[in-house]
Amino acid sequence: MIKFKRFSAIAAACCLLGSSAIVFGGCSDVRETVTLRVCNWEEYIDLGGWEEDESIEVANPFTEEENIFGENSLTEDFEEWFAENYGYNVKVEYSTFGTNEDLYNRLSLGDVYDLVCPSDYMMMKLLAEDAVEKYSENFFNGENNYYSQFVSDYIDGIFSQYGWNEYAACYMWGTTGLVYNPEKIDAEDISTIKVLLNEDYKRQVTIKDNVRDSYFAALGIVNEAELTKPELTAETRSLLLNDISENTIANAEDVLKQIKENVYSFETDSGKSDMVSGKVVANYQWSGDAVYIMDEADAEDTELWYSVPAECSNLWFDGWVMLKNGINGNEQKREAAEAFVNFLSRPDNAVRNMYYIGYSSAIAGDTVFEYMEYNYAAEEDAEQICEYDVSYFFGENSVIMTDAECFDIEENGDINRGRQLFAQYPPANVTARSVVMLDFGDKLGQINQMWINVRCLDLLDISPVTVGIIIAVIGMAAVAITLYALRYKLFIRNKPHKGYTKVEK
Amino acid sequence: MKKLRFNRSQLCIPYAVFLVLFVIAPLIVIVYYAFTNGEGNFTFSNFVGFFSSTNTLGTLLYSFLLSIVTTLVCLVIAYPTAYILARSNFKKKYVLLLLFILPMWINFTLRITALKEILSVLEGNLAAYPFLNSVIGMTFDFLPFMILPLYTSLLKLDNSLLEAAADLGGNKFTVFLRVTLPLSVPGIVSGVTMVLLPSMTNYVVLDMLYNSTYIMGSLIGSYFSAYDWNNGSMISLVLLVIIFLVTLVTNRFSDKDSNNRGAVL
Repeated sequence: MIKFKRFSAIAAACCLLGSSAIVFGGCSDVRETVTLRVCNWEEYIDLGGWEEDESIEVANPFTEEENIFGENSLTEDFEEWFAENYGYNVKVEYSTFGTNEDLYNRLSLGDVYDLVCPSDYMMMKLLAEDAVEKYSENFFNGENNYYSQFVSDYIDGIFSQYGWNEYAACYMWGTTGLVYNPEKIDAEDISTIKVLLNEDYKRQVTIKDNVRDSYFAALGIVNEAELTKPELTAETRSLLLNDISENTIANAEDVLKQIKENVYSFETDSGKSDMVSGKVVANYQWSGDAVYIMDEADAEDTELWYSVPAECSNLWFDGWVMLKNGINGNEQKREAAEAFVNFLSRPDNAVRNMYYIGYSSAIAGDTVFEYMEYNYAAEEDAEQICEYDVSYFFGENSVIMTDAECFDIEENGDINRGRQLFAQYPPANVTARSVVMLDFGDKLGQINQMWINVRCLDLLDISPVTVGIIIAVIGMAAVAITLYALRYKLFIRNKPHKGYTKVEK
Repeated sequence: MKKLRFNRSQLCIPYAVFLVLFVIAPLIVIVYYAFTNGEGNFTFSNFVGFFSSTNTLGTLLYSFLLSIVTTLVCLVIAYPTAYILARSNFKKKYVLLLLFILPMWINFTLRITALKEILSVLEGNLAAYPFLNSVIGMTFDFLPFMILPLYTSLLKLDNSLLEAAADLGGNKFTVFLRVTLPLSVPGIVSGVTMVLLPSMTNYVVLDMLYNSTYIMGSLIGSYFSAYDWNNGSMISLVLLVIIFLVTLVTNRFSDKDSNNRGAVL
């Protein structure tokens, strides 16, 4: 019996060793398999599994198929594509994070990733800490590189302007604005961020539970007078909306306290569904999620719109950066990481991502433009056609002929409110006034304390009447319990009566 | 091959390992962070900051109020329920008991989401009553933890004591006040501890029911998300001390007959 047991144990051990040998040694005859640890936002990549009718009828020059279709997840497709093109295998270990701070905390707690996708300010923070590996030179010059070939000049320009271009490859980008129900809220009210303080919509507008976006919105209100001056230059606007001086932080605190009293809530994740179900009439949201909300609402026959507030238009970017401690000088790893970014930047894959997650890719190119036309070109019975100009992004003469009913076009031709296309590619008049929110740097602690002050109940804010009531109630309860305890000698047990002795059981 | 033999103390090893890895080690880390600043130097400033800011003290008060009100509401609902369940001769009472425990088997976020829909039908705009909603949500969540200990302690109540009290001339009310209630105190204490303490930190309920005011749990979370481990740990430690004090006080009431104490779930 014992012998049998021992035998089976050995057999089991052999099985384990054998199977791991298959995993690790599968391609050992060529080169060993590289493991690529990728950490991306939740729900930020096409996971495949599309239904037949979801197929996008845009020609795909890269696979020479007539449609663009997501059968498998992009990470699986990447592994296959990599093996074909590079002659060895890569295994993608894909994990996700919920917020930039979450990612940063994980990195500082010792999690190691090769490739991560933080937002602009977090890229700046990681860059400042010298944690980011440079892309190799031929990544940005290589002729066969999809990213350098297809990334929009507009995005490239901004990345160069901030000095991110050698370290980061932009993945998605967008604005921050208000999704709203045009039937329940005035166009004029929603075109300003002050809607958050508007008493007419008390407890009907939500804002993200996020210190950065909330602070930005508050700055729009604090600096409103200067921000609406017509002669304002882009530099001053950027300075005003990145103002982190003591005085401004204090003012923003006051504004945010008022906002807290007026809004529905600082939502963590409920904003999308509450907007669709009609619990709220407006939601301060990122443009990609706005597209998602509008799509969902369309399915329920509710028409929602998106507005970029006039005073504080935020422009944000999420980009792929390689981390030094992950790559660790391993050239194969670097090659695999760059290939991953490259593969995601192939226009047909960019389209798949855009369809799946709703955000706008940094990739321009004909395929993406055709996809936009496929989505938004006006139907034949449209009463009025709008020539929607996206030349700044797709290059000269890129105009989408779309239904004019999807935009609120002002007299001077500016568009500040619209539907999905407006949210995905804001017009030039919006991007011109948009500002990138920089890292708070060493003011982070102070701004976070300000945020805590906003969210916490301040003892000084409690009215004396409330204090009186609370003390009275607690006092009465205490007296009642004491009286009861004394009356029935409830808790006094240990002393026996005089003349008696206590008998232990 | 030698026969495997364990003595008693060796059987404790798995738990001892667990204890060291997941209880003692994190505790040491928390204490370390709570008493140091960002540079790693020893300091009391975290605690001084907590007890000198009206905002954090306000949060403490708010958490206390919320959890005390929740506990009271739970007690008021649970006591009669448990009493009826335990004292009635109703044959199917286990089915009834099951009905109260059943929600515990359903995922908690799912339950709160359902509650959210019900409440918005009843109240219209949910955001108008943040405190009330939080109390309802917490009560909904923690009620079974109050019912069960009360039920077990009332179930063990000796009928002959009640009969004796009635024989000696007590009316129903006196019998309840002088016999039933004192004998169920261990159950009450057990239930109160199980509701009072978790409801001080369960901020998910507040988040889901649109209460934007922080309680102690959300405060810890917000410090951690700003990479401020020191202040976050400090608040955890403050909470730990409060829990310790509450347990110290409640233990006085249940020491005497520990076998009568309500079942710990």
